[in-house]
Amino acid sequence: MAAADAAPNRQDTMLAFAIRRLFEALMVMLAVALIAFALFRYVGDPVNQMVGQDATLEDRAELRRHLGLDDPVIVQFGRFITHAVRFDFGISYQLKQPVTGMIAERFPATFELALAAALFAVALGIPMGVYTGIYRDNWLSKVFLTVSLIGISLPTFLIGILLIYLFAVKLGWFSSFGRGEVITVGFWRTGLLTASGLKALVLPAITLGLFQMTLITRLVRAEMLEVLRTDYIKFARARGLSDRAINFGHALRNTLVPVITIIGLQLGLIIAFAIITESVFQWPGMGLMFIQAVQNADIPVMAAYLLLVAFLFVLINLIVDLIYVRIDPRIRIYGKGSQR
Amino acid sequence: MAWKAKAVATLAATVLLAGAVQARPITWARTGDALTLDPHSQNEGPTHNLMQQIYEPLILREYTGKLLPTLALSWTVTSDPTVWEMKLRQGVRFHNGNPFNADDVAFSIERALQPTSDMKGIISSIDKVIKVDDYTVHFKTKGPNPILPDQLTNIYMMDKEWSEANNTVTVEDYKAKKDNFAVRNANGTGPYSVVSREQDVKTVLKLFDGYWGKGQMPLGIETINYVTIKKDETRVAALLSGEVDFVQDMPVQDIERVQKTQGLKVNLGQENRSIFLGMDVGSADLKSDDVQGKNPFADKRVRQAINIAIDREGIRRAVMRNQSKPSGMIIGPFVNGYTEALGKAPAVSPDKAKAMLTEAGYPNGFSITLHCPNDRYVSDEGICQAVVPMLARLGIKANLVSQSKAKHFPTLQNGESEFYLLGWGVPTYDSEYAFSFLHHTRTGRFGSWNSTRYSNPDLDKRIEGLSSEVDIPKRNAAIADIWKVLQDETIYIPLHDQLLAYAMKADLDVPVSPDNVVHMKFVAAKK
Amino acid sequence: MNDARLPSDVHDPAPGKETSATGIWRHRLALFRDSDLWQSFIASRLVMAAAILTALLIGAAFLAPVIAPHDPYDLKSLELIDADKPPAWEEGGEARFLLGTDDQGRDILSTIMYGTRASLTIGLCSVLLAVAIGLSLGLWAGYAGGRIDAAIMRVADVQLTFPAILTALLIDGVALAIFKRYTLEGGKFWILVMAIGLSYWVQYARTVRGVTLVERDKEYVQAARLIGIRPVKIMFQHILPNVMGPVLVLATINLALAIITEATLSFLGVGLSPTEPSLGTMIQVGNKYLFSGSWWMVAFPGLTLALLAVAVNLLGDWLRDALNPKLR
Repeated sequence: MAAADAAPNRQDTMLAFAIRRLFEALMVMLAVALIAFALFRYVGDPVNQMVGQDATLEDRAELRRHLGLDDPVIVQFGRFITHAVRFDFGISYQLKQPVTGMIAERFPATFELALAAALFAVALGIPMGVYTGIYRDNWLSKVFLTVSLIGISLPTFLIGILLIYLFAVKLGWFSSFGRGEVITVGFWRTGLLTASGLKALVLPAITLGLFQMTLITRLVRAEMLEVLRTDYIKFARARGLSDRAINFGHALRNTLVPVITIIGLQLGLIIAFAIITESVFQWPGMGLMFIQAVQNADIPVMAAYLLLVAFLFVLINLIVDLIYVRIDPRIRIYGKGSQR
Repeated sequence: MAWKAKAVATLAATVLLAGAVQARPITWARTGDALTLDPHSQNEGPTHNLMQQIYEPLILREYTGKLLPTLALSWTVTSDPTVWEMKLRQGVRFHNGNPFNADDVAFSIERALQPTSDMKGIISSIDKVIKVDDYTVHFKTKGPNPILPDQLTNIYMMDKEWSEANNTVTVEDYKAKKDNFAVRNANGTGPYSVVSREQDVKTVLKLFDGYWGKGQMPLGIETINYVTIKKDETRVAALLSGEVDFVQDMPVQDIERVQKTQGLKVNLGQENRSIFLGMDVGSADLKSDDVQGKNPFADKRVRQAINIAIDREGIRRAVMRNQSKPSGMIIGPFVNGYTEALGKAPAVSPDKAKAMLTEAGYPNGFSITLHCPNDRYVSDEGICQAVVPMLARLGIKANLVSQSKAKHFPTLQNGESEFYLLGWGVPTYDSEYAFSFLHHTRTGRFGSWNSTRYSNPDLDKRIEGLSSEVDIPKRNAAIADIWKVLQDETIYIPLHDQLLAYAMKADLDVPVSPDNVVHMKFVAAKK
Repeated sequence: MNDARLPSDVHDPAPGKETSATGIWRHRLALFRDSDLWQSFIASRLVMAAAILTALLIGAAFLAPVIAPHDPYDLKSLELIDADKPPAWEEGGEARFLLGTDDQGRDILSTIMYGTRASLTIGLCSVLLAVAIGLSLGLWAGYAGGRIDAAIMRVADVQLTFPAILTALLIDGVALAIFKRYTLEGGKFWILVMAIGLSYWVQYARTVRGVTLVERDKEYVQAARLIGIRPVKIMFQHILPNVMGPVLVLATINLALAIITEATLSFLGVGLSPTEPSLGTMIQVGNKYLFSGSWWMVAFPGLTLALLAVAVNLLGDWLRDALNPKLR
C-alpha cells in the first residue's frame, strides 16, 4: 500500500510530511490527467463520433475549430485540465449529454451501494475475525474460514448470479434489479428511505461486500493471533484479567488500527468492484455507466470516470496516510491485505 | 374517400373494447431505451415506442394496421393532385397547456425535414406545408403522392411556441455547448407526460389530465414506469418476481416457462419486420476479407450461394424457438409488394452452394468480418452465431463482431461494415419505403440505410418515380418489376420475419402490434 | 493451517564425502522430502486435495485437443439440431454430450476444457508478463537507486492507486476502441494478457525492490562489483535467487486473481467472444438460459471456475504460510 513507502524521516515534522504527501498526490493526479487527456484526444476521432454521416466537410472542419483540435497539444491539455477542475468533462458520445450531469445523477446510487457493502463487510467481518482468532480450532471457526475462502475465491459476478437465482427468483425474498422506489432529497436520489429501496439494496450490497468481509475477517484473525501471542497479553493474563477483558479490551483495540486503515484503502476497491456488481444487478450507478462506456467506446465518459475515481482514491490514500501517522508515528507496516 | 368511414369504425370498436376502467400503474420493461426524447432525431423502433406515449402524429397506425385519425380528423386530396388537405382536431392541448393548431403542424413538418432529422427521408415528398386556417393545413408535395397519410404515422407534432422558447427549433444541434433541450424534455399532445427521465434506467410517465382522448379510449394505465433492462435473464427474473408487469422484449428461450407460470401470460404475433444480412456488393475490393484485388460479394453467384446455404428452419427451431417465419424476401406479408412466391424461403442446398462458390472462383472460400447487434432484434446475436458455422461449412470464415446497437448502427451508416445483420420494419406498409432506404443509391435523402453500396441508376429512377405514380395498378406493376430485379440480384440475404412475444401479468391484455409499438392508451385494465 | 513441523535432521554431508551426481541428487531429494515445505504439504489433506484438483484441471485443460470429445472451435462441426441438450443422465440427453450442449450446439464438456485452457493460458501468460515487468523494474529500481528508483516507484504509486480490475478494463476498453475496425479473434488473447499483466506487476516490483535494496549492500554483491561483474549479471545471478520465494507466493495468488479477472472481463462482454469462449463467457451466455430450465449451461462452467479459483487460492495460501518464517 502507499503507506509503506511513505514513512517519514525522523526529522520530518507532521506538517512537512503532510505537504510532501500533498505534493505527491498532485503529481499522481497530473499523471492520471495526462492519461485521461490522451484517451480523450487520441483514441478514436472525436469529430467522427459527434457528427452524423451526413455532415459535410465544412461542418467537420468547423467542429474541429470549435473543439480546438488544431491547437498545440500543450494548449489542449491545459484546456482539458481547466475544464476538468471545473467539472466540465464534455459531452458523452453515446447519450449526447454532459458527462458531469450523468455522473452527478449516478453518484448517489454507487455511494449508497458502497456504503451498504462496507457496513455489511465490517459488521460481519470483524466479529467473524475475532471469533476465529480466539477460538482457533472450533468447528464454527472452520465454517467461518471456509466461507471466507469461498468469498475470496469466487468471482464477484458468480456470487451475484447465485444470490439472484436463490433469493430473488427461487425464494422471491429480494429484488433482482434496480434500486426500487427512489426519493429525491434535494439533488440526491436516495433509495434508503423506502422499503423497496432498502430491499433492493440487500443482494447487491452482499455481493459487493463479500470479498471485503473475507479480507477483514482474515486480517482481524491474523492480528488477533499475533497480538494474543505477545508478552503484553501474557502479562495481562498473569495478572488475572478475565479472558473477556483481554480479548475485547486489549487485543481488539490493537487490531483495530491497521484494520481501519485497510478498510479505508479498500474503499477504493469497493468502488471499482461496484462496476461488476452494478452490471449484474443493473444498478444504475457510476459503475454501470462506466462499463457501458467501455462497451460503446464512449471515451469522454471513460476519461471522466478515470479522473474522478483517481481523485477519490488519491484523496482517501492521503487522508488515511495522515491519520495513520497521527496514530502511530513509528508506522508499523502490515502487508496482509492482498491487492485484487 | 373511404378513410373516414374505416377510421370511425375502428374507433367505435376500440371504445367497445373498453371494459371496467380503473387506472393502474404499470412497470414496462424493454431491452433498450429510447435514444432521445427529441421526436425527430431518431427513426428507431424503441425510440418511437416511448415517443408515441408522449407525442402524437397526425395519423396513427394502430395495431390492426388501420390508419386512425389522431391529430388530423380527415385527409383528402384536393383538386390539385399534389395537394392534400387535412382538417385538424380542435380542442387539443399540449402538456404545458398551449393549444394545438396549424402553426404547430407547419413548424413540426419543417423541423422533421431538417438535415439533422432522421425522419426527413420518410417525408421527402413534402415540398411545403401551408396554413389555410387555424385548423386546416395543405400539404404540397413535389409530385402526386397517393400514400402521404401512410408516411405521416411517425411524424410527431411539437409545440412551436415551446420549441422556440426553449431553443430547440433545430434537431439535436451538436455544436451547441449545452445539449439540446428536447433531448431530455418533452412537451407533446399525447396521453402521457414525462415526470422524470433517467436515460437507460427509468422514465416515468403520468396520465395527462387534459388529454383530448379522455372518454374515447380505455386509458386504463395511470402511471408508466418505463424501465430498461438490458440483460435477458434479469428482465425475465423481474417478471417472474412480479417487479415488472409487462415485458415487451421476451427472450425466446423463456417463453415456454412464462407461459406455464401462474399469473403470467404471453401474447404472440407477427411483426412487420424482416431480418436479413447485407453485403457490400459495390466496392471493388473489400477491406476485411482475405481476397486481394476483388470483391467476392460483387459476384451474384457468391450471394446466391450464401442464400441457399443458410438453414433458416434450423435457426427458427434452435435459435428462435419457433418465434420466426423463414422468408425469401426482405419485406413481410404486411407490405404492399410482397408476394407468396417471392416470400418463400429458398430450399437449403449446401452442395449446390459449394458448387456455385467454386464456379465463382472461390473453391476454398474466403474470410470476412460479420457485424451484428446484440440488443436490438430478437436473439440477434444468436442468429449471427448460428450463421457462422453455416458459412464455415461453405468455406467462408466469418469473424463475428457483436456490439450494442448504439455502435452497430453508426458502423453501418458510416459505411464501415461489409457484411452485417439488419432488421427492417416498414411503417408505411408499402415497398417504396424499403426501396428508398435500402436499395436506392446512397445520395441526398435516399439510401441512408443502404450500406451495400449497391447502385443501379435505372432502378433509382424507377424508385423515385413511384412516389408520383397515382395509378395504383401501374404503380403496383412497377413495384413488382423492381422486386424481380432485386430478388434475382440477391443484394440482401433474407432470413426471416420476426415474431413477437409480449409477456405480461395475467390481468393485463396488450395485443401484439405489428410495428412493435404499444399504445398504452388503448390498454384497459381488468380488475 | 499447520502447527506441527517435524524437525529436519538430515545434515549436509561433510565436504568431500558425496561426489557422484546421482548421490547428490538423491541427497537433495532427501533434503526436500524432509523439508518443512514438503512436510507441511503432506500434513494438510485439504492442500493436497487442492493441488491434485489443480493438477487435474490443468491437465485436462491442456490435453483438451487430445481428450476432449468434440472440438467446440470447429465451426463446421456445429449442428443447430444439437442445441440445448441436457446432460446425458437427464431425459433428452445424449451420451456423446456428457454435460449437455449450449445454445449453438457446442458440447459443454469440451467447451469447458477448451475454455479452461484459454483461461489458464491467459492467466499464466499475464502472470509471466507481470513477473517479467515487475522483476525487471524492481531489480533496476533497487539496484540503481536515486532518480531511477524514484521514477519507477512514482509510476508504481500511480498505478497502485487503481485496483487491477479497473486498469484491466481501461486497457481493454482502449484497445477495443482503437481496433474497432478489425476483428480480434487472435488479437483479443494478447489484449487480455496485456491488460491483466499490466495490472498486476506492481506488487512484484515493490517486493523485489525491497529485497534488492537489502541485498545490494551485502558483501557478496560488493565483492562482485569490485571484481567487475556487470550489474545485469549481478542482479540476475546473485540477487534474483534470493527473491524467488516471495515472488513465487505472489505469482500463485496472482494466478488465481488473473483467472478471475479474465473471467470477469469476459462476463462483462469485453473479454473472449462466444465463438471461442472462456469460462467467463460461457457463464455470461449460459446465464441467459437459467430461467428457461437449461441450468447446465451456467452450472458446469460456474462450478469449474469456482473450483479452479478455490484450489489455486488454497495452494497460494499454503505456500505463503509455509514460506513465512513468522508463523513457525
